[in-house]
Amino acid sequence: MGADLWIISIAIFCLGALMGALNFITTTLDMRAKGMTLMRMPLTCWAWFVTAILGLLAFGVLLSAGILLLMDRNLGTSFFVPLGTVNGVLTGHKGGSPLLWQHLFWFFGHPEVYIAILPAMGLCSQLLSVFSRKPIFGYKAMVYAILAIGFLGFMVWGHHMFMSGMSPYSAFAFSIMTMGIGVPSAIKTFNWLGTLWRGKIRFSSPMLFAIGFVSLFVVGGISGPFLAQPVLDIYLHETYFVIAHFHLIMGVASIFGIFAATYYWFPKMFGRMMNEPLAKTHFWLTFIGAYAIFMPMHYYGMAGGLRRYSQGTEVGWINQLWPIQRFISIAAFVTIAAQFIFVFNLFWSMKKGKKAVDNPWEATTLEWTTATPPPHDNFGGLTPVVYNGPYEYSVPGAPRDYVMQTDAPVTARH
Amino acid sequence: MADTVVTHDIPSVYEPSLFGTYSKKIGMWLFLMSDSLTFGALLYAYSYGRISTAGWPTPFHSTSIVNATIMTAFLLTSSLTMVMAVRASVQKDAKMQTIWLLATIACGAGFVILHGMEWSKLIAEGLTLPMFPAVPGHEVSAEFANVAKSVPQFPSTFFTLTGMHMVHVTLGIVYLGVVALRRKFIPVLLALWLIAWLATPSYSPFHYGAHVLLVAAVVISIILWLKPKVYDSSDVEVAGLYWHFVDLVWMFIFPLVYLMSTRI
Repeated sequence: MGADLWIISIAIFCLGALMGALNFITTTLDMRAKGMTLMRMPLTCWAWFVTAILGLLAFGVLLSAGILLLMDRNLGTSFFVPLGTVNGVLTGHKGGSPLLWQHLFWFFGHPEVYIAILPAMGLCSQLLSVFSRKPIFGYKAMVYAILAIGFLGFMVWGHHMFMSGMSPYSAFAFSIMTMGIGVPSAIKTFNWLGTLWRGKIRFSSPMLFAIGFVSLFVVGGISGPFLAQPVLDIYLHETYFVIAHFHLIMGVASIFGIFAATYYWFPKMFGRMMNEPLAKTHFWLTFIGAYAIFMPMHYYGMAGGLRRYSQGTEVGWINQLWPIQRFISIAAFVTIAAQFIFVFNLFWSMKKGKKAVDNPWEATTLEWTTATPPPHDNFGGLTPVVYNGPYEYSVPGAPRDYVMQTDAPVTARH
Repeated sequence: MADTVVTHDIPSVYEPSLFGTYSKKIGMWLFLMSDSLTFGALLYAYSYGRISTAGWPTPFHSTSIVNATIMTAFLLTSSLTMVMAVRASVQKDAKMQTIWLLATIACGAGFVILHGMEWSKLIAEGLTLPMFPAVPGHEVSAEFANVAKSVPQFPSTFFTLTGMHMVHVTLGIVYLGVVALRRKFIPVLLALWLIAWLATPSYSPFHYGAHVLLVAAVVISIILWLKPKVYDSSDVEVAGLYWHFVDLVWMFIFPLVYLMSTRI
C-alpha cells in the first residue's frame, strides 16, 4: 500500500514536471521581451530552458515505468518480475525482466541528474560574472556546452548498468559517451575560472557559494571518469566511492546552487538583505563540512566499504574502517546543525534584515531594473526592451562599471 | 465575451516567436513529444518482453482481426472528420465545426465501445490478467487460458498498451467535447459516466474504469469555472493535433499487438 501510494505520487509528479516543462519551454521560445534574443539570455535562463527540455523527454518514460510497476503490483502483470515473489508473497508472476526496469528507470535517471545540476550551473555562471565584475568568459561556448551536456545526458544511461551483464561492446560505447561529457563540463569549468581570472572579485555570500559550487563540481567530477570505465566500475560499483562521487557533484553542488540563488535573489523577493556575517559562517561550516563528509568516503569506498549493508559490524574488512565511518557521521551532524544558521537567517532577515535597494549587487539583468520587491506583474504593466547582452561589466567608456540590459546604446557600441 | 481572444496583430512587446506560430500550438507539439516517449517506453517494454520470451503465442484469429480492422476504420474516419472540423473552423463556419467535431467524437466513441466489447470477450474467454475477476457463466477458451497461464507477458502487454491508448482516446473525446460544446458538455459527460458505470457488470474492468469520466467532468467544471473561454480556430487546430497523434499511436499498436499476434 505504501509503495503504491509512493508510485502514484511519483506518477503525479511526472505529470506536474511535464506541465512545468511545457510552460518553461514555450515561455522561453515565445515570450521574451523585445530585444531579448536567445543569445542575449542570461545563462540562468539558458540552463532552465535546457533543463525543461530534459524534463519533457525524461519524465514521460518514468511515467510509463511507474504505470508498469503499478500494474505489476496490483493487476498481476509481470513486466519486471522474473519468477516468484512480490513483497515476500508467492505469486503466479513470471517471465518479466528486472533489466527492463533498469533500462526504463535509468533512461529517465541519467537525464535526471542533469535536471538537478544544470540550473545550478547556469545561475553560478551568472553569479561568477556579476561578482567578478567581468563578462562571462566564452558566453557562446557556455550555451553550447549546456546544450551538449543535455544531449549527451540521454546517451549514457547504460553506465549505471555495467554490472547487469551487458555486452562489453555496449559497455564500451556507453563508457566512451560518458567520458565525452567530460569535454563540455571541462569547457564550463575553464570558462568559470577564466571569468574569475583578474576580476575585481567581491566575496559576498552568493559569490562564496558560487565558487564553492565550482570547487565541488570539479572535485566530484574528477571521480566521474573513474566510474565511467567498466573495468574500474566493476570494483567500485556499490561502494561508498559512488556515493562520494554523486553526492559531491549532483547533491551538494546543486544545493550550493540553491543557497547561492537564495542569497542572491532574496533582496528582490523580500526587499531586505540577508545577514552577511551569518551567511558567511553558514558557508564556511557547510563547505568544510561537505568535504569532511564526502572526501573520506572515497577512501572508504576504495577500501571496499559497501553501500547497502545495514550492519557493517558483521563484516571483517569493514570493521577495520570503522573510524572513518565515525568521522563521517560526526561531520554530517555538524554540517546539518550548520543549516539551522541558514534557516534562522532566512526568517530573521525577512522581518529584520537591512532594507535592500533595487539593484544591490549592481547586476545588469532585467529583474534588477524593477522595484524591490517587484510590483504586481513584475514590471508594473510595462515590458522592458533589451538592448544589450547580459554580462556587460567593466565596459570601457561606460559611465558606471556595468551596463544594464535595458540601457539604450548611446553610441555605436554594441 | 468575457474572455476576448488574444490577437497578435497589435505591435507586440515580445520578440517574434521562433517558430512563427502561437504558443498553444508549440505547447501541444511539445506535449506530444513527451507523450510519444511515454508510449515509446511502453512499446519498448512490449518488444523487450516479446524478444526475451521463448515461444511468443499468436492466439488471435480472424474475429479479433476483423474487429480490430473495423476499429481502425473508425479511427481513420475520425481523423478525416477532424480535418473537416479544422477546415470549418478556419472558414469561421461555427455550425459545421460543431457537426464535424461531434462526428469525430462519434467515431472515437465507436472505437472505444468496440474495443471495450472486445476486451470483455477476451477476458471472458480466459485471456485475462490474474487480478481481473472471473466472468460468471461464460465458457473459457482452452487456447486463451493456456496463453494467459504459460506466457503472462502476452495479456500483460496487450492490456497495458491498448488500455493506455484507450485512456488517450477517451480523454480525446472529452477534450473535443469541451471544444465543441463547452459548458453544455458537462451534463453530457455525466450522462456518459452514468451509462458506462451502470451498463457494465461489476466484474468488468470498465465498471470502475468509467469513473475516469467522472474525474474528467469534475476537472473540466473547475477549469471552465475558473476560466470561461470561447474557443477559436487555433483551439480546434491544437485539439486536432492531439487527436491525430492518438490515431498515429494506434497505427503502431494495431500491427504490433494484433497483426503480429496472428497465425498466418
